[in-house]
Order: sequence, then structure tokens, then C-alpha cells
Amino acid sequence: MSGWPLYEVFVRSKRGLNHVHVGSLHAADDETALRHARDLYTRRNEGVSIWVVRSDHIAATSPDEKDPFFAPSGDKVYRHPTFYAIPDDVPHM
Amino acid sequence: MADLEERFDRTIERDQRVEPRDWMPDGYRATMIRQIAQHAHSEIIGMQPEGEWITRAPSLRRKAILLAKVQDEAGHGLYLYSAAETLGADRAELTGMLIEGRQKYSSIFNYPTLGYADVGVIGWLVDGAAICNQVPLCRSSYGPYARAMIRICKEESFHQRQGYELLMTMMRGTEAQRAMVQDAVDRWWWPSLMMFGPPDDASPNTARSMAWKIKRHTNDELRQRFVDMSVPQAEALGVTLPDADLRWNAERGHHDFGPIDWSELQRVISGNGPCNARRVAVRRAAHEDGAWVREAATAHAAKAAGRVAGTDAGMGGGG
Repeated sequence: MSGWPLYEVFVRSKRGLNHVHVGSLHAADDETALRHARDLYTRRNEGVSIWVVRSDHIAATSPDEKDPFFAPSGDKVYRHPTFYAIPDDVPHM
Repeated sequence: MADLEERFDRTIERDQRVEPRDWMPDGYRATMIRQIAQHAHSEIIGMQPEGEWITRAPSLRRKAILLAKVQDEAGHGLYLYSAAETLGADRAELTGMLIEGRQKYSSIFNYPTLGYADVGVIGWLVDGAAICNQVPLCRSSYGPYARAMIRICKEESFHQRQGYELLMTMMRGTEAQRAMVQDAVDRWWWPSLMMFGPPDDASPNTARSMAWKIKRHTNDELRQRFVDMSVPQAEALGVTLPDADLRWNAERGHHDFGPIDWSELQRVISGNGPCNARRVAVRRAAHEDGAWVREAATAHAAKAAGRVAGTDAGMGGGG
């Protein structure tokens, strides 16, 4: 079985929502991966759309560099609406 | 290293989840792999006791329900193998360890299902005990395991309810049917209590697992919870639980119950239960008999990939 590559499975639970990662499975190819994903992760109408992608095709940040990698956004508090003080009596802000 | 360990400890302390690529102590990783693998094996072996009754279900309705339930058990096993793989375990290796008897599964599945009432009692008591065990695991400190448990718990609720409904139906039937239910309850009650594992004073790893938030309650706490839940359910059903010492203790606010025969659990765990050899043999046969399917799918994928690449993948002409 480990001869078959590992796939990550993403399911859109209903229209209007993003695909969400739900788990993984092994399959010989893309098509059987989709069928296995349907059987395994949508036995109770949990999805209207499925993506599968080979795990070794996913690039990911390393947890070791977590702090420096995300540091650039850490000190930019002015990107948040709460940074700006507006008097309470100004409407619709 | 000390830095990484500190970060791990802080994650646990803040009740945050440990995720696959995080640094974790070797002991934590090994414990998680063992726990998740054993849990996965239990789901896979757990297909057998009830699966044996699919062809003998008393109606099409019951057959459809039982099929769906056994499919769920397969699904649960696969969610869990998937979680184990995020820790670096190899799925084929885990299957190998199961069929070679090098990793364990829940001792409960080494008991035989002698009648259709057993299907109902497994749903009610065995899945009920599993739910008691599993609900707290939805908050396990290891993220992928906790997420798999959330899916599993949702589905287990169907398992328990179909079992109880099956039993209610039989209890409304003939005297012989009621006797079948009582007989099944008599056989499954004590093994169900053993599902929670050895008593706390004989469970050496509990303290560490609690500190790592792998485990949220001790074995005895969960066992007590299960007994307290089951007593009113048994009354509503009209069966007696086979324990002369079982009674409400107002002072404790819990039911007291009789001593458990731990030598039996030991015997079953160490391989000498009624069905141990058969369960593993059936799993091994299924794995070996399925080899050609795995090989065919691999060959087909290689051939199709070759065709896409514009070369013949060496599978011979005419395909």
C-alpha cells in the first residue's frame, strides 16, 4: 500500500464555502484518489466538491522558522481597523 | 533543544494543539503513534464481529444499517491511519504489525457474536463505552488525532442508537427474543467494562499521558461514567446488568459495582481470548487476497501515466 502515493483531501461542504483539508489517503492515481476520497470523507453528504493533491506536491512553511517567517506582519498594527481612534458619536464607522 | 522543548511544553500548557511538523519529544511521538495505531487496528478488526452477521441480517433494513455501520468502522480505521502517518508512521508497516501480532487492538473484539442480539448489544454497550472513551479524545493535544476523533464521535452516535433501537425492537418481540437480548447483555457487560483498561493503580502510563493531555480522564473515571450512563438505559430497555453488587451509592453520587476479573482481561490481551487467532487470520487473509487489486491499480496508473507522457510504459502493445 505504501507503494501508492499519499494524497491530501480537501472538501467543500457546500456552495459558498472554501475547500477545507479533511485528511489524507493513499491511491494509485488521481482518479482513484477522488473516488476513495468520496467513499471515505463524504459518506454523509459532507461535500459538494473534492480536491485531492499529492502530499509531496504541497510546499509548506517550516514550523522551525515560524516566528521569523511571520514576523513581517507582527508589527503592522496599523493594518487593523482598531488602530484608528474615531469618536463614538461618528455614525457608520 | 531546550528551546524547542520549552515551546512544546508551552503549547500543551496553553491547551493548544501540537501539529504534525512541530517539534515534539520522542516519547510523545512514540506514544501517539502507538495509541493511534492501536485505535486504528481496533476499528479495522472491529468490522469482523458484526460483519459476520451482514449476510444473516433479519431484514433488508437491518442489513443496510449494518453494512453502513461496518463501512463506518473501515472509515474510522482509515481516518486514524491517516493521523498516524502525520507522525511519520508508514501505513503498510502498521498493517504489517497488526497481522504479525506485533501491535494490539481492543480486547473487546476477541469475543464472539453468537446471535443477532449481539449486534444490538455491541452498538449499545461496546460503542457506548467507545464513545465515553472517545469524546474526551476530541480534545487530545495532538491535532490530527483530535480532528479524526471529532469525525468519529459524530458517526458513533448512529452506531449506538441503531444498536439500542434494535434491542428495543427485540424486547417488544417474543419471550425467546427477550432471552436472546438478556443473554447477549450478560456476555458483553463485563468485557465492556474492561474496555477502559486496567484500574488506575495498575496503569503506569496514565500520569504521563495526562500531563501531555493525550488522556483527559483516568480509566476508572471513564468506567464509572459508563456504568452510571448504562444503568438507566438498561432499566428503560428492561434488561438486568449481570452484577449483584451494582447499586446506587447516594453518598458518592455514583453506582457501586462489583470487582472486575482482571485476569480475564490479561488473558484476552495476551492472545488467549476466544477469537484472537481468528480475528488476525481473517485480517491477514483479506490483506493477502487483496494484493492483486493493489498491484493491478498500480500497474494501471503506471500505464496511464506512460500514455499521458506519450511513451508506452512497457506494458506491451494493444492495451
